[in-house]
Amino acid sequence: MHNPLAIVGRFFLGFLATIGRLSVFTGKSLAAVVSPPFYWRLCLQQMMTIGYYSLPVVGMTALFTGAVLALQIYLGSARFGAESAVPNIVVVGLTRELGPVLAGLMLGGRVGAAIAAELGTMKVTEQLDALITLQTNPFRYLVVPRLIAATVTTPILVLIADIIGVMGGYLVGIHRLDFNSAVYLKNTFDFLEVMDVTSGLVKAAVFGFLIALMGCYHGFNSKGGAQGVGRATTDAVVSSLILILISNYLVTEAFFSQ
Amino acid sequence: MTFPQRNLPNDTHAMNETPRLELTDVHKSFGTKVVLNGLNLSLAKGESVVVIGGSGTGKSVMLKCILGLLRPDRGSIRIDGEETVGLRGAARERILTKVGMLFQSAALFDSLSVWENVAFGLIEGAGMAREQARIIALDKLAKVGLDEDMANGDPSALSGGMRKRVGLARAIATEPDIIFFDEPTTGLDPIMGDVINNLITECVRDLGATTLTITHDMSSARTIADRVAMLYGGQIIWAGGVDEIDHCDNPFVDQFIHGREEGPFALEVT
Ligand SMILES: Nc1ncnc2c1ncn2[C@@H]1O[C@H](COP(=O)(O)OP(=O)(O)OP(=O)(O)O)[C@@H](O)[C@H]1O
Ligand SMILES: [Mg+2]
Repeated sequence: MHNPLAIVGRFFLGFLATIGRLSVFTGKSLAAVVSPPFYWRLCLQQMMTIGYYSLPVVGMTALFTGAVLALQIYLGSARFGAESAVPNIVVVGLTRELGPVLAGLMLGGRVGAAIAAELGTMKVTEQLDALITLQTNPFRYLVVPRLIAATVTTPILVLIADIIGVMGGYLVGIHRLDFNSAVYLKNTFDFLEVMDVTSGLVKAAVFGFLIALMGCYHGFNSKGGAQGVGRATTDAVVSSLILILISNYLVTEAFFSQ
Repeated sequence: MTFPQRNLPNDTHAMNETPRLELTDVHKSFGTKVVLNGLNLSLAKGESVVVIGGSGTGKSVMLKCILGLLRPDRGSIRIDGEETVGLRGAARERILTKVGMLFQSAALFDSLSVWENVAFGLIEGAGMAREQARIIALDKLAKVGLDEDMANGDPSALSGGMRKRVGLARAIATEPDIIFFDEPTTGLDPIMGDVINNLITECVRDLGATTLTITHDMSSARTIADRVAMLYGGQIIWAGGVDEIDHCDNPFVDQFIHGREEGPFALEVT
């Protein structure tokens, strides 16, 4: 029972089993994406709940991140007289990293939890069973609209976050750090490369997919009553945040290692 | 555990007609807990069978096995002669078009309005236009005593008994060949219970549906059943015509229908 090897072994087997179940779930979801029927109405509805209603929280995050970034970079770069680099570093930092990652983390909390709680409740109240008896595939009806909506809307949200974040940096730059407005904007756009933005948007799409996938997976696998749904919600949030951070590193490697 | 198997459902009707639904030697366990242990049951076309049995004996599990929501460990479940155990995907959906189900918990979709719940099978399953499906849904809701105001509302605003009735309307909306009712009258007042009993009888008489009803309500069982079957120990230990239950010599049935504490049912404390 307390043999350390046995504990490690059991943990490892459990880990493999989870990977297996998750792979099956992902496979079923992707198969459902490409097989009709496709529920347009539900997909648009999910885009509203996942995308539109997340705008305030993502916008606030971006605004203050951009602002604090400008302050910190100014303080740091002033030590070696490189204050003029503030606009460039702010925009590159936001588009490559902070925009997608912070938006992803906020969405993981907001959207991942909501999906897991909704689908988990449907599971424990037999609504998923009822769907099946009414000849409706829960993967097509519930999972696909959420996956597509999250994968499509997260990059849009991140693009908006990038713009708002740059604006936050700009406001601090001209009001607190005495930058000239035209110079700040010129430096921002002159040094920005297309790759900076697109890599951030690709990350965002990956994060959106992972958030919806974790929410659906944990929701569908919740057991028991309210307690089970609570556990599913926590698991969905924690696992999506960890996967966001891991995949962020992997996508960054893929983009910038060459 | 074995029981003297008299009056098995199979020998009460002609063998030459394919039964609408036939369960043979169905086994289902959860871990070490054996729930169904060689269950046999057969329903002829247009027959109304009521299954009675103590709480937790596996009645709902039996229905979920028939619907394919749970996979039996062993045994055969045939619908119109076609083996359904293990069917998945499109084949399972085709079988399910023949079936309607009232869940014990009603299992209404809380993201949809009441009438959309009832019309769900018509719109998503049968591909009917929303307007037409709405008319049918309102008609079915009227049959279970719910008006248009409630039909436009949210299921979460309904009482437990009302939810049950919406679930029932949803189960019969597509006029399926086989309808399963899991405790249709639980939580209803006696008058509404009688309305529901008549509705079930009507489904059998007017639509020619075959129904399998689970109930603890003996007066309901007497009204709607052609045959009654008793589930105990994972098997059907007695089945017979509704007129036979009062003077059958099976001590389990006798104790159950009279609701006595003393008898062969030990109060099982687990
Ligand atoms: N998914 C499941 N996992 C584990 N055990 C289960 C599961 N579903 C049902 N059981 C067990 O199977 C047994 C039968 O349950 P079932 O719901 O079929 O009872 P029932 O006959 O419908 O009772 P009631 O009349 O109270 O509704 C119960 O002991 C229950 O604990
Ligand atoms: Mg039950």
